[in-house]
Amino acid sequence: MLDLDNVTVRYANRVTALDAASASFPRGQFIVLLGPSGAGKSTLLRCLNGLVRPTSGKVSLEEGGNILANRAALRQHRRRTGMIFQQHHLIGRLTALQNVLMGRLAFHGTLRSLLPLPEADRLVALEALDRVGLADRALHRADQLSGGQQQRVGIARALAQRPVAILADEPVASLDPATADKVLALLHRICREDGITAVVSLHQVELARRYGDRIYGLAGGRIVFDGTAAELDAVTLDRIYGPASIPSVQPGPLQTEPSAARLKMAKTA
Amino acid sequence: MSQTYATILAEERRGGMRRAALAAIVFAVCIAALWITGFFDGRRFAEGLPALGQLATEMVPPDFTRWQHWLKPLLDTLAMSIAGTVLAVVISLPLAILAAPNTSPNALLCQVTRTILAFLRSVPEIILGVIFVAAVGFGALPGVLALALHSVGMVGKFYAEAIEHVDPKPLEAARAAGATPMQVIVHSVLPQVFPQLADITLYRWEYHFRASAVLGIVGAGGIGFELMAALRLIAYDQVSAILLSILACVVVVDALGARLRKALK
Repeated sequence: MLDLDNVTVRYANRVTALDAASASFPRGQFIVLLGPSGAGKSTLLRCLNGLVRPTSGKVSLEEGGNILANRAALRQHRRRTGMIFQQHHLIGRLTALQNVLMGRLAFHGTLRSLLPLPEADRLVALEALDRVGLADRALHRADQLSGGQQQRVGIARALAQRPVAILADEPVASLDPATADKVLALLHRICREDGITAVVSLHQVELARRYGDRIYGLAGGRIVFDGTAAELDAVTLDRIYGPASIPSVQPGPLQTEPSAARLKMAKTA
Repeated sequence: MSQTYATILAEERRGGMRRAALAAIVFAVCIAALWITGFFDGRRFAEGLPALGQLATEMVPPDFTRWQHWLKPLLDTLAMSIAGTVLAVVISLPLAILAAPNTSPNALLCQVTRTILAFLRSVPEIILGVIFVAAVGFGALPGVLALALHSVGMVGKFYAEAIEHVDPKPLEAARAAGATPMQVIVHSVLPQVFPQLADITLYRWEYHFRASAVLGIVGAGGIGFELMAALRLIAYDQVSAILLSILACVVVVDALGARLRKALK
């Protein structure tokens, strides 16, 4: 059980990314953080493994207390917590296997890790790649894989940690819809099978409904909804995405070049 | 509508004028520099050209009769260039990690390291060569030390720049997995910049070969020593022969460097 207790994060530019957020993440559940971009989903996730330090409030483990208590505690917590990123965060010129092995680094001291990691770790890494169906791509360079495959390598890297929890920051946002669904289904299945707690941020309501055991809705740095998929109704969606929006059908306004006419309107206004 | 267009175009014209003014200033500075250094003094050129012609005729045909005496010095020069590069790399890498803001443990240390690198860069290797010859005596060793120390300033700066522009995303991933700061550097930063570091190193090696030829002039071993001896004897035909031998070696070293660079991509 991971607990977020009244956590506020204010960045150096005085933007309040997270505003007195409290949430709990019970063991083995698949929890979705739902909200538009800028709602604070990434910040919340990064608080859960100490990549972002709360300005105030506490992040704690049921069994281990404050995750930021000391360096050893944080390292131990991060080792048991895999993270998956929107843009995969792989090193393109290394092989898939080498990338997955990054998940084994924390199991060794700095000096030991200067040498090639032991065979046992390589087996764990290869097993993780096999789990996501990429054992045959183990020796391919990461930048030669497709987007979906790269994200599966990202998942394998998290699995190589033999994690208790996985944090996933918009894991399928940079994939096409069909691939996104496949990758998320894979992540969901693995977490179920292994009893891994998953905290996954998404902006697609549909996917949140399909996979979330529990959904936290975020808007403007605040948690505005906490419930199950069934409780996620139109009124709630209004609170998350702002009134009169149906985000599953209508993705936000497209960024377009302002036309000369609009430019003039803006100037004369 | 037309009013908006007019404003945009006027803005664009102002930008064009600024660029033209800047170009005029740069041009004026260039001319001034040439004038101060006496480039527009036609008389000196008129007198100098025949002297240059005289030297050139004395240089041909090149006299290769002493070639056996140059083999060992050329080999020394090659060894100096490699040894100087190795030493420079070994010292540069840790300094570069300290000098790159994204890997440096703190801002002050980063600034201090940068200053040290700038200082090393600013002392020409020929001066370092004179100093080391005085300290450890004639031969290849002072040459190697001079090359390495000067290069640390250069290589360290280039390494640090490569490290600075590394993609931060894989670093975050390693940190999230519980890697120590040192592990992040070794396993996430270095693999990303390895091709650039190899590139910088090989260029530096090529440069070292040419520079070590010059260092011989102050007594720091290698083929430069022979070159200086020939110059002192006013044996310009030998001078040209030595220069051609150096050129041949530089071509070989550069080709080898290019080949290695490709292999390490």
